[in-house]
Amino acid sequence: MKFTLKIWRQKNAEDKGGMVTYQVDTVSPDSSFFEMLDQLNQQLISKGEDPVAFDHDCREGICGTCSLYINGRPHGPLKGATTCQLHMRAFRDGETIYVEPWRCGAFPVVKDLIVDRSALDKIIQAGGYISVNSGGVPDANTIPVPKPNADSAFDAAACIGCGACVAACPNASPMLFVGAKISHLALLPQGRIEAERRVRQMVAAMDSLGFGFCSNTYACEAECPKEIKIANITRLNREFLAAKLAAEKEQTGGFAI
Amino acid sequence: MALAGVFLLVFLAVHLGINLLLLADDGGKAFSAAAGFMGTHPVIRIFELALFGGFALHIAFGVIVSIRNRKSRPIRYQHRSLSETSPFSKYMMHTGMIVLLFLVLHFIDFYFIKIGVVSPPPGIGRHDFYSRAVALFSDPAYSAIYLFSFLVLGFHLNHALQAAAQTLGLNHPRFTPLIKAASALYAMIIAGGFMAIPLRFTLFN
Repeated sequence: MKFTLKIWRQKNAEDKGGMVTYQVDTVSPDSSFFEMLDQLNQQLISKGEDPVAFDHDCREGICGTCSLYINGRPHGPLKGATTCQLHMRAFRDGETIYVEPWRCGAFPVVKDLIVDRSALDKIIQAGGYISVNSGGVPDANTIPVPKPNADSAFDAAACIGCGACVAACPNASPMLFVGAKISHLALLPQGRIEAERRVRQMVAAMDSLGFGFCSNTYACEAECPKEIKIANITRLNREFLAAKLAAEKEQTGGFAI
Repeated sequence: MALAGVFLLVFLAVHLGINLLLLADDGGKAFSAAAGFMGTHPVIRIFELALFGGFALHIAFGVIVSIRNRKSRPIRYQHRSLSETSPFSKYMMHTGMIVLLFLVLHFIDFYFIKIGVVSPPPGIGRHDFYSRAVALFSDPAYSAIYLFSFLVLGFHLNHALQAAAQTLGLNHPRFTPLIKAASALYAMIIAGGFMAIPLRFTLFN
């Protein structure tokens, strides 16, 4: 297969950057998107040019390292898959493919297609944890967990923190990411204890990092490679309102819209 | 923004109820009586202030959130987004702006005349909303603007109720689909109801 690639090239964080057009021929339909980019990079290296920098690690869809905004969609056209799980057979022969980095003020470009996603880590640091050691695996039924809660918590825990929700959102909002983390912990007894403080702190951190606000377009749900459900954002909203409007003691911190 | 929006949903239903009296074949008697009640009753006068507050809050929050949302992506994508979204949800600011323009026009045509800021056209009393409405709807250009504005409002409302439920954290496997359907139905009733009035005046007079 042959492809025309329009790729965002940017030397470093300060560089202005721009789209550069490349041609790749003899691409196997069974090669992954990254193998195709590896092929392009081989071409560039043999010509003495700087290869395209992009994030990747496990290449099996579980680590959350890969990104890329491909033809107007995070992780490309395949539903419920990361870029590393995307194969070239998903494209037409001769197609022009746009490859851009995640775009969000809170995700500055480091180089080419690599962005700094540590803003998501800062949200986690603000409350996405359990403060005490919750111990080893307890005996069955010593800590009762309703089955629907266990299922929903597990589904939310599938979030790999790749940032596709931010990239897809017209407002660059990480609500699906935060919703998944809130749900994952709040639905289980060990995480429930700190749920109120967690939601207040994580929302405050999210608002302070320059992300946009959720306007319920649901683009995130459509693009999430782990198919995290919008109900997690609803739960985040519910937990946030409850934590703000009902509390045992007066809490400090701002009030968001 | 969600709470102010939900408040405005109630106002729209009341306003539509009164406006539909324009369709009654009684020379505007029922409509004028209802308009007179709304214009003079002390409780309604107080609620009018709450209504202006509701509009102000909804518009102010909408603008603040939109500005922040635009700023959050300083460098935009080269390729247009192909992500699937809830219908019209991406265009709430655009549809909202069109509705706001209509609201300004509506104020000039009715409210400012009522409070005496603008003098009414010759032959029409300051509180004679029926004759004013009939005169305006006899102009096809005005009717066209009116129809377009309410079509756009319908798109705005289609997302409104269900987005408000989402923002307020309401989610249920059975009720969420119902709320979405109710949201679409409400949008159709409001848009269709208001649009029926100029259609009746332009087509059947």
